[in-house]
Parts: sequence; C-alpha cells; structure tokens
Amino acid sequence: MTNSQNKRNIKINNKKFKDKIIQLSHGDGGIKTGELINNLLLKYFGNEILNKLEDSAVLNCSSKKIAYTTDSFVVNPIFFPGGDIGKLSICGTINDLVTTGCTPLAISLSFILEEGFPVSDFKKILLSTKKVLDEIGLNIVTGDTKVVEKGSADKIFINTSGIGFLGNNIDISPCKIEVGDKILINGGIAEHGTAILNSRKEFNFKTSIVSDCAPLSSLVKDMLSVSKKIHALRDATRGGLASILFELARASKTNINIYEDKIQVKKEVRGICEFLGLDPLYIANEGKMVVFVDRKDADKVLQAMKKNKYGKDSRVIGEVTEKGEGLVILVTELGTKRILDLQYSEQLPRIC
Amino acid sequence: MSSNIKELVESLNNNKPDHKINIMEVCGTHTMAISRYGLRQLIPENINLISGPGCPVCVTPISDIDWIIGIARQYDVSIFTFGDLFRVPGTESSLYNEKSKGKDINICYSPADALDFARNNPGKKVIFIAIGFETTIPLTSVIIKRAYQEKINNFYIYNTHKLVPEALELLLLDKEVEIDAFLCPGHVSAIIGSKPYNFIAEDYHIPCVISGFEPMDILESIATIIRQINKGISEVEIQYRRVVREEGNPAALKSIYEVFDKSDSVWRGLGNIPGSGLKLKKKFLKFDAKTYFTVKRFKSREPAGCECGDVLKGIKKPTECRLFSKICKPENPIGPCMVSSEGSCAAYYKYEKIKVQHLKNLNMTLI
Repeated sequence: MTNSQNKRNIKINNKKFKDKIIQLSHGDGGIKTGELINNLLLKYFGNEILNKLEDSAVLNCSSKKIAYTTDSFVVNPIFFPGGDIGKLSICGTINDLVTTGCTPLAISLSFILEEGFPVSDFKKILLSTKKVLDEIGLNIVTGDTKVVEKGSADKIFINTSGIGFLGNNIDISPCKIEVGDKILINGGIAEHGTAILNSRKEFNFKTSIVSDCAPLSSLVKDMLSVSKKIHALRDATRGGLASILFELARASKTNINIYEDKIQVKKEVRGICEFLGLDPLYIANEGKMVVFVDRKDADKVLQAMKKNKYGKDSRVIGEVTEKGEGLVILVTELGTKRILDLQYSEQLPRIC
Repeated sequence: MSSNIKELVESLNNNKPDHKINIMEVCGTHTMAISRYGLRQLIPENINLISGPGCPVCVTPISDIDWIIGIARQYDVSIFTFGDLFRVPGTESSLYNEKSKGKDINICYSPADALDFARNNPGKKVIFIAIGFETTIPLTSVIIKRAYQEKINNFYIYNTHKLVPEALELLLLDKEVEIDAFLCPGHVSAIIGSKPYNFIAEDYHIPCVISGFEPMDILESIATIIRQINKGISEVEIQYRRVVREEGNPAALKSIYEVFDKSDSVWRGLGNIPGSGLKLKKKFLKFDAKTYFTVKRFKSREPAGCECGDVLKGIKKPTECRLFSKICKPENPIGPCMVSSEGSCAAYYKYEKIKVQHLKNLNMTLI
C-alpha cells in the first residue's frame, strides 16, 4: 500500500471494488493494485496516516523506550469458530506487544494472497480485522499486498508488526520473576488449538468449542492499573501453557509449581484432547495471558482481571517455589508430581 | 487427592506383599497413564510396574517400515497412515523424511479416510497402513468388506495387525522375563473378552486383571492383583466392567475372521510368534499391498545401540537404555518406543525423566 509503485495509481474515491476474485494484477503495482488499495483496503482501514500512502509511516512518540514485535499468520482453515485469520493477526500482535506492559501505538498489516482467492472471503477477513482494531482503538499505519500464482500460497497469509511505547517506570520481563510470585491466567486453556483441529475437514467432531482468540490490551491495562508489582507477562500461544512456563522458569532460573486442579480445561476441550492423545497443557491459546505477580498483589490483580470481559474465569494456578534450574512441576489431582518439559510436536501445523 | 484414592493407596500400602513383584502392563495407553499421573509415586516400592509389548507401532519390525518406504519410493502411490508410525525410523529413512522429499504420505485418523480418498480418486493407487491390535482390526475388516462390495480396485492395505494373547505366552516362556502378574489391556479386551487370558491364569498361575485407564482403575486393578498374590491364587478378573464383558464383542470378532485368517507374525524384539498375526483371506487378497507391490531387495538393520527389543519385553526400563535421552529423544528418535504416543520410552521421557525419589523431595507449597 505504501510502496512507491502503488502510490502513483492511487486516487482516493468512493468507487466500489467490483472484482470477484484476486488476480495477479492486484499485486503488480498497476491499476488493479490501485483499485484494491483505494476501493477496498482504505475503506476498512483508512486513517490520516495510512491515507497518505507513503513509503513509510511517520509516528509521534515521546517515549525513550519502544516495544516492537512482528508476527506471521498462516492458520488453516482461515475461518474457524471464534475468529478468522484477520482477527487472529491483530489479536496475536497486540497480545505479544502488551506483554511488555507498553501502550500500543500502531500496527502494520501485510497480505500475501493466492491468485483466485475469493474477494468475498477477503472482505469477511477485512471486516473482522477492522472490528478488533476498533475495539482496541488502534490504526493500521502501513502495509503491503502481494499476490502470488495459484498454488504458491494457500489462500491468504498475513504478516503484521506492532509498536508501542513504554513508560519509564515499567519493567516487565522474565528476569524480574521472584520466589513467592503467584502465577495467574485469565481462563481455560487449549481452546484455540482444539477449535482449529475441530474445524479441519479431516475431523467430523460435532462440538461447540470456540477459539479463545481475543485482544488482551484492556486486560493488561486493568492489571497494570492496580499493581506495580507485575513481574512478567506472556501470552500462552504455540506450545501452550506448559511451554511458556518452561521458558519463563528457565529464563528466571526458578522452579515453578502449578496445580492441575486449578487449571480450567472445558469438558469438550478435554474430550477432543483425550480422543486425539493430546495434552491440553501443550495446546495453543490465542487469548490467554499468564501473569507472574508479587504474592502480596496477587489478589488485587486477580480481582481486576475478573472484572474485564476477557478475564472472568481468571484464577491463580501456581507459584514460584524456589531458585533452581527451571523446573516446572505439575502437581496432579492425585497429589503426585510430574515435570513439564518442552515437547516435540508437529502434530498441529498451521494453528496460527 | 480424593478420599477414594487416598483409601485405596493406604490399603495398597497396608497390604503390600512381602517380596518384590513385577506387574507388566501390556497396553501402551496404560504405560502412558501410569507415567502421566505419577502412579509410581503412590504405590509401595516393592511393586514394580514394567511395560510390555503393548504399543503396535513399537512392535512393528523395521523391515515393515523399510518395505513401506520401498513402495513409496518405487511406485506412484498415496499412502495413508496413523500419525504414530510417521516418524518411526526405518533403516535409511522414515515416512516423515519421504514426505519431505515429495512422496504422497498422509496422516489419517480412520481407515475410512483412505478408502474415501481411493473412491474419489480412481486414478490413484491408495495404500492404508493397517496397524494395531484387536482394537483396530475390526475397523480394517469393515473397510475391506466395503471396498470389496463397492468393487474398489485402487485400494490396498499394508497389513501389520497383531494379536495380543499369543505374545503374552511367549513372554511367559522367556526365562529372562520375570512377570508375576499382567495388567491386561482394556480396549483390546473389549473386543476379545476375558477368556483368551484364561490359559495364563490356569497354566502359568499368573494373575490377570483387565483394567480401565483412569488412575482409579489402574490402582484398583493393582489392588486386585495384590489380593490374588497374597491369597496365592491366579484368576482372570475384569476391573473395567463398564466396557469389557467375558465374551468380548462377538460382532467385531466375527467381522475380523470374515476377512482375516490367523498367521505367524514377526514382532520387533520378540521375533516370530506363531499365530500372533493375521493374513487376508484368499477372497480379499487383491487388497494386499504386499502381494500387489514388489519391492526391490533391501537389507534392514536395527539401529545401533537401540534397546527397544529389551524394553518391549520388560527386561529393561527405558531409562536403562544407553541411548535414552542422550541421543534418543522425541525430536531425534532412534527406536520406535521413543516415537509412538504409546511407546514406553516416550512415556518415560515425557513424564518420568526425574526419579521418583527426587520428585518426592521437591519443594511443595500449596496455594
């Protein structure tokens, strides 16, 4: 959208985008590309900065520290219960961004489209993308669109980046984790991964599992407004809850206990996991924030989380027990213990 | 811990036998459950749970893997397999590697997926890798009958099906293996019932308890075994009553033997076991991939240092293999027991890398 080839052909107007399918010409920088940007993309995402269609967006930021993240999205199927690739791309980016405690500033959005991709599907994706952007109050400030030959990509891939600024007093990072910290999460686990599996055509399960795909910027803001002792935040995406706990325990050189009976796994999610031999602790989430907070502030933060619409089922699931080699110990419902390790798995490709 | 389980654990500890006993769990799902729930931490130390040859992928000999890879390399075929077999190393390659090189290899969850694909793609030759014990054999038999009725001419199975009771007898005859009781498989027994184990209790005086898969099921079954041992008796008992009947599932058994005849079968680690396999009846032989596709001669070699054979017989625990967690890991499996989701090495790697005693000593504060 902002490259110089595209720019020459852009005239902002109110014409309708009439094409039914994406063709190579929509990405060649010519007239058709101009129509795609002007008559379609700007309709959804237009704003003061993006409308300039310059090679680079210029942003105002008074802070000395910025947070910056990037992500790519190749989920299959592109529409799934609870979301689609567009909503997922914004949620994934914003959730990564706010784990630093930053105030989000802007997002970039780029598409790689496969020749022949139906414009009606593209519009559905643009609409849900716009909805979530409106909810979090952020703009797309720069982007790009490429079209590749049929078979060279699968329908649509999305790349994003996100940028935010950090207040001077905010320092949230795994190395801040301390012995005694409580570990909180804002609800049940494994819903995204199982919703995706469930919507793949090779399975014919009839369940009501919905992806937890959600933007968590307001949740994090609410937490930060009640406590200055939040030590680490991490959204539990690929690899699931177990993998991010493992990474954080290693990074902070602490041992962690988590309690099986405190971790919420919806009945249907558990059912599908048992059927396919999967462990919900290792299944992806797209709207779950894991919080390490000083134990004195744990209850305050928990109450703040519960008041947010994405945190109603928040709970304390464990604690940091001691300095150590980075062991994550699951205390089972039987009271036995087992170590949670990083798992090797390729069973679930293209879940995000 | 619920009060039921607490009582059961206490009673197990109060009634423990005065000597060490080895209980072999035959089913891979039991192996996983025991490791996953940390049941070894709850039972008396002199009750030793050992894993048996209960993971179908693990007991599939390497020559079968090589044969399937040979077909994939030599012929233009679409292969359908359950996920567990996908990464099992053959002598030179794995199905996973062959897929990366462009061979048409698909993971499926039911043989019906493979038959559907064959029906919808009449120009392609489709092979389903038929693997598993009595639990999955009825499914294969139904699919074969359907393919026969529908006159589907481009569908084949590579048959590696195996029967459990025959393998148990071989283990009892092996002097290296010391077994005091069997925790018998729940799902297999749902098909075959309890009678096929009677010879074990009667002729070999070994208690057999058919168990469910919940922690409570397994602990109850262990308690039943201990009760028999303390009384000096050996019987076949069904703990998993909610699923298993003495007579099994006659309809499923009938379906199996409409399509297959018993035959000998080679098991990894155990060798050839008479009557432990199945071959397609003559009527259905046209679906047999081994008959239809000839593969160039190849020499299969077990991976150097891999002790899956001893692990499958219960002679060694996974942690006693020299390669375990050093070279052989789930991301680089040397033997099949590290690959399969029911493999005992995978179970130990996932859940029991740390010794029980060390786990007991770890810091415990409760929220």
